Amino acid sequence: MTNKEVLTKEMSDQKAAGIGAGEDAVMHAHPARLTGGEILWATLVGEGVHEVFGYPGGAILPAYDALRKFPIRHILVRHEQGAAHMADGYARASGKVGVAIATSGPGATNLVTGIATAMLDSTPIVCITGQVSSKVLGTDAFQEVDITGITLPITKHNYIVTRAEDIAPVVREAFLVARSGRPGPVLVDITKDAQAAVADFDFAAAGPRAHRAHPMLQVDASSLTSAVEMILAAKRPVIFAGHGIIKSGAMREVRTLAERLQIPVACTLLGLGSFPASHGLSLGMMGMHGESWVNNAIQQSDLLIACGMRFDDRVTGSLATYAPNAKKIHIDIDPSEINKNVAADVALIGDLREVLEQLLPRIAPRSGSDWLRAINAMKGDASVRDIRNLPDNGHLYAAHVINDLWNATGGKAIVVTDVGQHQMWETQYYKHEEPRTLITSGGLGTMGFALPAAIGAKVACPDKEVWVIAGDGGFQMTSAELATIAQENLDINIAVINNGFLGMVRQWQEFFYEKNYSCSPILSPDFVKLADAYGIAGATVRTRAEVLPAVNAARSTKGPFLINFLVEKEDTVYPMISPGAALNDMIRRPAAAMSGRLDASEKVIRDGGEDSNPSQRNKNAAQQSWNPLMDRADD
Amino acid sequence: MLHTFVALVEDKPGVLTRVASLFRRLNINIISLTVGSSERTGVSRMTIVADAQPGAGNRVKASLYKLENVIEVDDVGQFSCVIRELALIKVAATPKTRSHIFELAEVFRARIVDLAPESLMIEITGVASKIEGLIQVLVESEDQILEVSRTGRMVMRRGQHTSRVLDAMRLSDPELEANIAAPDLVPEIDQLPEQADLPE
Repeated sequence: MTNKEVLTKEMSDQKAAGIGAGEDAVMHAHPARLTGGEILWATLVGEGVHEVFGYPGGAILPAYDALRKFPIRHILVRHEQGAAHMADGYARASGKVGVAIATSGPGATNLVTGIATAMLDSTPIVCITGQVSSKVLGTDAFQEVDITGITLPITKHNYIVTRAEDIAPVVREAFLVARSGRPGPVLVDITKDAQAAVADFDFAAAGPRAHRAHPMLQVDASSLTSAVEMILAAKRPVIFAGHGIIKSGAMREVRTLAERLQIPVACTLLGLGSFPASHGLSLGMMGMHGESWVNNAIQQSDLLIACGMRFDDRVTGSLATYAPNAKKIHIDIDPSEINKNVAADVALIGDLREVLEQLLPRIAPRSGSDWLRAINAMKGDASVRDIRNLPDNGHLYAAHVINDLWNATGGKAIVVTDVGQHQMWETQYYKHEEPRTLITSGGLGTMGFALPAAIGAKVACPDKEVWVIAGDGGFQMTSAELATIAQENLDINIAVINNGFLGMVRQWQEFFYEKNYSCSPILSPDFVKLADAYGIAGATVRTRAEVLPAVNAARSTKGPFLINFLVEKEDTVYPMISPGAALNDMIRRPAAAMSGRLDASEKVIRDGGEDSNPSQRNKNAAQQSWNPLMDRADD
Repeated sequence: MLHTFVALVEDKPGVLTRVASLFRRLNINIISLTVGSSERTGVSRMTIVADAQPGAGNRVKASLYKLENVIEVDDVGQFSCVIRELALIKVAATPKTRSHIFELAEVFRARIVDLAPESLMIEITGVASKIEGLIQVLVESEDQILEVSRTGRMVMRRGQHTSRVLDAMRLSDPELEANIAAPDLVPEIDQLPEQADLPE
C-alpha cells in the first residue's frame, strides 16, 4: 500500500467505525473557532484516537482544560516513561498509532526512554508535550527544556508548534509520518500560548500533503527475476521472519512462500508470532539465545530470504563468519538497512507484502526436501528436552513457569515481557501462534517496559488476555504503574520471575567476568504485599505444583492479579552465543551440570523430598553466604 | 575517502541541525558544509563534504532521505562536476611590501578586495588545491597570513543533469517549463579542459 492509500484506508476505517461522526459538535462546524487545546483533541479524535496516556502539568494545562469536551479516554500514568511505553504497547497490540501526553521540562524528558524504545522497534507513536510560552522560549523559563533538540536522534521526526492555527496540520502530519514507511515515534511540542490562543479549525483542510515515499525504494524486474532464480535454485534456504511482516501485514504471503517451497522459517525476537510456532516449517527464534538447530541451520544454509528484518548484531553474531555459504535476499522497507550489516545479493526495497505479492506468482509449489529432514534431525527432542529434564526437586525453574503459563493460556494470550533472562525464556517456552501476541522491547532492551506496555496493550485490546512477564529487577523500574492498573481496574495478569538477581547481568558475569557478581544481586519487596497495597490480588509461588493453581487463580480473577514466582536463583539461559562469536559457536547447557541436577533430582525422590542443592548452586555458596539479600528472596 | 553530497532541503529552522546530527550519529566527520538558496523558493541547497568509508555513500544518502525535511540527495562523487570554493585571505602588508602580493594574486587569478595601511585582503575562487596553492606561496614568500575564511566546497554536476525539484516545478508550472531551455540546446561542456580550474 502506498502512503496515500494507507491514509485513505484509515480515514474510511474511521468512518466505518463511526469515529468523528456525531460524537461532538466541535467536529462538525467547519471551520470552527477553537482554542489550540481544543484543536489538539479535535484533531486526535479526527485521527481516530480514543485513548491517550498522559500526565498533566503547567505547560499542558490549557489542553487538559479542554479534554472534557471530547470523547477521549485519558489514562493517568504514574511516570511519563510509562505513558510512552503504554502508547508503544497500545500501538504494538493494535497496529494503530499510540498517543502519549506530557508537560514541558521533566515531563518531556521522562518520555525519552519510551521514545527511544519505540524508535528502535519502529513503533508508531505520537508524543504531545507542552512547552513554555513562545515569548519566553530559549530563556530557561520554569520547566523549559529543548525537547525537540533532545529527541532529535530518537524520533522519526519532531515539531515545535507556536501558533494555534498550526496545531491541526502538524498533528495530522505527525500521524502520517508515524505510521508511514518504516513507522516510528513522532513528537509534537506545543507552546502554552498556542494551546490557549483561538484559531479556525477545519479537520479536512488540515490534511497533510502527500507524504514523500523514500526515493530509494526499489523493486525492479531484474531484481525480482534474480530473487526468483535464487529461491528456486536454493537447496538449503531459510526464511527470516522479522517485525516487518507484522507491520506490513504479510503473514499470509510469508506463509505461502514457505509452504510452496517447504522453506523453514526462523523468527527474529520481534518477528515471533508472525509465523505460527506450531507450523511444521517453524524453526523458532534465531540469534544469541536462539535454539541450536535454528542457528546451525542458518550457518549451513545456502540462501537467506530476509523478510522485514535488519540483521541486528544479536541476530548475526560475528559478521565475519555469518552464514558463509548463503546468498542473501533482503526485503525491507528501509533502504538504509540494505548492506548495513550484511551484504545483500539481491535487495528488494519496499513494503514486504507488496514485494511478496509480486514474487509469489512466479514461484510454483514444490514438495519437501532433504534440507527440512536434516534440520528436523538436528532438532531432535532438543525443543522439549530442557523442560523435561529440569529437575522438579522443590526448586522452581522459570522455564517451567513459562511452559505452564503457555499451556494454561493455550498460547493465545498477549504476553508483554520485560528485558533479561525471563524475556529469553519466554521466547523459548511460550509458543506464539498469532502476530501481536508478543510485545517486547527488542532493539533498545528497555527494562521497565513490560508493565506499562501491558497497560497499553490491554487498553487497546480489552477482550484479550494480557500477561506481563517481568523480572524482579525490571519490574521495580516501573512498578508504580500498578497504581494506574488499579485506578483503571485493568484485568492484567502479572508474573514476576523473581530470582533475586539481575539475572542476565549475573549470567554475563558468570560467563565473561569470572563469576564476579558485581552489583547484580537485588533486594525486592514482597511483591504480593506491594500489589496488595494497591488493592491488587496476588500469590507467591515456590514450587512447580503451585504454578498452575496460581495461574488459574489469576486467569479467573476479574481485575489484575500478580504472581511472585520465586525461581532458581542462578539459572542460566542456554544456549548462548557470546557477543561477537560465530553463530554456531554456542555455549550449551553443561552436560555435567545437567546430569548433576538430574542426580540431585533423583536423590530428592529417593530421600523423600529432602532438599539437596544441585551442584550448580553450591558453586556459588560463598557468594550467597555473605549476601544477606539472597536469603531474603527465599523467605 | 572524501564523499560529496548535495542535499536539497526545506528552508526551515532546525533542518541544518538534523542533517549535521545525522553525520554525528554515524560518526562521520564533516569536512565542509555550505548552505544557501537554491533555484526554488523555500528550498535550501547544502553541499556536504565528509570523510567516510568508501562504501558509506549509499547508506548516508539513504539515511538523509529518512529525514522528513530532505527533498533530494545526490552523491556526486562519481560524476563530472564543477567544484568551487571561495576564500578570503588577509595578509599583513604595508604599501612598501604590497607589490609582490599583487603579482601572486595575478598569477592565481585572485583579486585584491581591500587595502589597509598594514594589511590587504585577497579574494580567490577555485578548487581547494588552487586556494591551498596560493596560501602555500604566501607562506613560502614569508608573508604573514592574518586570517583565512573559506566557504567550503560547492558542487554542481555538469551537463544535462537537472534536479527532481526542477522536474516537480515543471509539472506544477507549465509556463516555467517553457522558460527552461530545452536540454538539447544546452551546449555540451563536459569536455571543458580541467585546467580551467588551475592557475596558468
